[in-house]
Amino acid sequence: MKKLLAIILSLALVFALASCGANSIEKETTKAAENESTEAAPLSNLKVGFIFLHDENSTYDKNFIDAAKEACEKLGAECILKTNIPEDKECYETAADLAESGCSIVFADSFGHEDYMIQAAKEYPEVQFCHATGTQAHTAGLGNFHNAFASIYEGRFLAGIAAGMKLNEMIESGKIKPEEAKIGYIGAFTYAEVISGYTSFFLGARYVCKSATMAVQFTGSWYDETGEKEAANTLIERGCVLISQHADSMGAPTACENAGIPNVSYNGSTKSVGPNSYIISSKINWVPYFEYIIGQVTNSQPIDTDWTGTIATGSVQLTEINTDVAADGTEAAILDAQAKIEDGSLHVFDASTFTVDGKNLTSYMADVDSDPEYAKDTEAISDGYFHESEYRSAPYFDIQIDGIELLNAKF
Amino acid sequence: MKNKTGKVHEPLFHIVKRSALPFWKSWLFRILSLLAALVVCGIVIVTVTAENPLAMYKTMFEGAFGTARRRWSLLQDMAMLLCISLAVTPAFKMKFWNIGAEGQVLIGGLATAACMILFGEKLSPAVLYPLMAVTSILAGALWAVIPAVFKAKWNTNETLFTLMMNYIAIQLLSYFSYVWSNPKGSGKIGIINASSGAGWLPYIGNNKYLFNILVVLALTVFMYIYLKYSKHGYELSVVGESENTAKYIGINVKKVIIRTMLLSGAICGIAGLLLVAGANHTVSSNAADGRGFTAIMVSWLAKFNPAYMILTSLLLVFFDKGATEISTAFSLNDSFSEIISGIIIFFIIGSEFFINYEIKFREKEGAHVKAQKPAAPGPEIASESGKDGDSK
Repeated sequence: MKKLLAIILSLALVFALASCGANSIEKETTKAAENESTEAAPLSNLKVGFIFLHDENSTYDKNFIDAAKEACEKLGAECILKTNIPEDKECYETAADLAESGCSIVFADSFGHEDYMIQAAKEYPEVQFCHATGTQAHTAGLGNFHNAFASIYEGRFLAGIAAGMKLNEMIESGKIKPEEAKIGYIGAFTYAEVISGYTSFFLGARYVCKSATMAVQFTGSWYDETGEKEAANTLIERGCVLISQHADSMGAPTACENAGIPNVSYNGSTKSVGPNSYIISSKINWVPYFEYIIGQVTNSQPIDTDWTGTIATGSVQLTEINTDVAADGTEAAILDAQAKIEDGSLHVFDASTFTVDGKNLTSYMADVDSDPEYAKDTEAISDGYFHESEYRSAPYFDIQIDGIELLNAKF
Repeated sequence: MKNKTGKVHEPLFHIVKRSALPFWKSWLFRILSLLAALVVCGIVIVTVTAENPLAMYKTMFEGAFGTARRRWSLLQDMAMLLCISLAVTPAFKMKFWNIGAEGQVLIGGLATAACMILFGEKLSPAVLYPLMAVTSILAGALWAVIPAVFKAKWNTNETLFTLMMNYIAIQLLSYFSYVWSNPKGSGKIGIINASSGAGWLPYIGNNKYLFNILVVLALTVFMYIYLKYSKHGYELSVVGESENTAKYIGINVKKVIIRTMLLSGAICGIAGLLLVAGANHTVSSNAADGRGFTAIMVSWLAKFNPAYMILTSLLLVFFDKGATEISTAFSLNDSFSEIISGIIIFFIIGSEFFINYEIKFREKEGAHVKAQKPAAPGPEIASESGKDGDSK
């Protein structure tokens, strides 16, 4: 018995070694071929490290991962992708490890990574650390730590118009009464990034459908498939006739498809799970930013401490409209509003379009500079509108406006 | 036996418990199974990814030992896993199925974080450090002693009880992650006292993790002595072997259960302290990162021997780090690295089966039993059986 086992084991070993040998030769030739092709067009020979909170299963991270691959391939930079990096010491370790393994740029994609990126940035001053959605770069005083975001509130406003058009269609067809035009929104947490997102979406919907109201349910997590699905179901039960979300799983789109409720998505098209419910999605395209930072470092140019992508830079995008679900005329309405936003005649957070406790705001001190006391330090309303993403890239609009009901604000 | 009619149906094979294998032989089994695991992994790697398995193993080594930073990080992760494994060991040796280490570590970490957040900048370090240590140890011990008391008094099921205590701890952590979140509402505490460093465990010679590693080393020595040479250690192993025997020889079983769980929880509390104040400087509901469960495997694989646990924890952390590096270097999904570590761990656990049991196949029909008996054992096996005789 033992001899038999030994024979089997040694045979397996020989077989495995033989197959390795054959394989390694093949591998080397392909590697050589690869080298030749990159030598042909050396646009940038940088190594860029990317840190992602989750992997491709999260719509949020997939958006970053795809952009990282695309930008690196375009510019010939080598990209090292680290997925499923939690927001703790692990992030610092990974960032430091990437810096040590020769990366000129280290990028992290999640809000909670910021402290650890700063920690690593202090240790490796010669490496550029870039962080999306963070708030601390403009006050950190480090030359090699940078934040980036996009004026996604403009994209959400436009996606909101698609939602408003759909509500109008439902009202006109007699499916719902005007006062029943209630939107459900699933948010992750209760801080500015999410508040700015759902408010701009709501203002977009109300821009075309005056009777629209909204209810928001929070999940307390950026990725919780079951939680998001449940939240969507709760909202649908409470009479919401259209759902949108700012959380990263397929939970809400799936729940909408099952319930036959139209859905306005985020981070990219979710048509695959919602062919009969998906209308449109707003997303941030990170390719322009990645190309920008790789380009700047290749040419030894400084990177902006706070970089805000816009519709003009191609950073804020809307995905394809699903004409099976969207109301007629949606595309025209969006293009019209987009043109107005771009020429400055329409402002998303126009102070005359929303009220707080029944009153229009003429002044609002926002918390732009991070400090432990959350001091309100910057006047954000001037010229009749709230200046979002102008004093730093990450959103700071955190006003609770009338017409939006928060079902649970525990997170 | 000589019944030639052969009416008695004998199964194709049956499993027999082995008498103790000699030391070298059991290790030979382990090494062989590890090699077999690597071969199977190799086959999986080639068929699924068409990558070179040898390059993959090399990448694994690089991922774990490639740079000084990686070696320190490996040691730190190993120390944390070992610390929690040490904590669960006395309970498991007593056959008290404590699967609540995760929660005990979390609650210890939460206590540490609370001290750092609430008193970090108010108390002097001379008061703050002892306060952090005492509260985290007490919190861990409390989380462990509750199920122990219920078990001792009312014979409740400790597996379910400790498991559910984990969920309570996780929910508490989520709650406080929100209460202390920075910025408000983000659900993330972030680095605590980032500017002042109040409550951070000291760096030894500029090294972040050395302090943690030394503490765990001391704990390992303590646990080795405690289990092997102390009266407590003896008592808990008797309770583990047979509660009735323990009662018969006058051991107070209830007292031993409660005392052992207090110790178990206290060490989990220390693990929480080291994790929060020594390494992460933050806390969240996944701060323990499943180590409370992995620790059980470390402890079992090492047969509750703290010295072997150094090896088994190194092995598991090595696979973890190596596998992560594989997924990066070969641009594979993270799940692939989990498949690889899963296969290897499966083989390691499987080897323990073959060390403890033997598979005997049905002897061929018509073969003379008498003739086979002296013929079958070669000189090697004969010497083995001789050794067995000696050891008995």
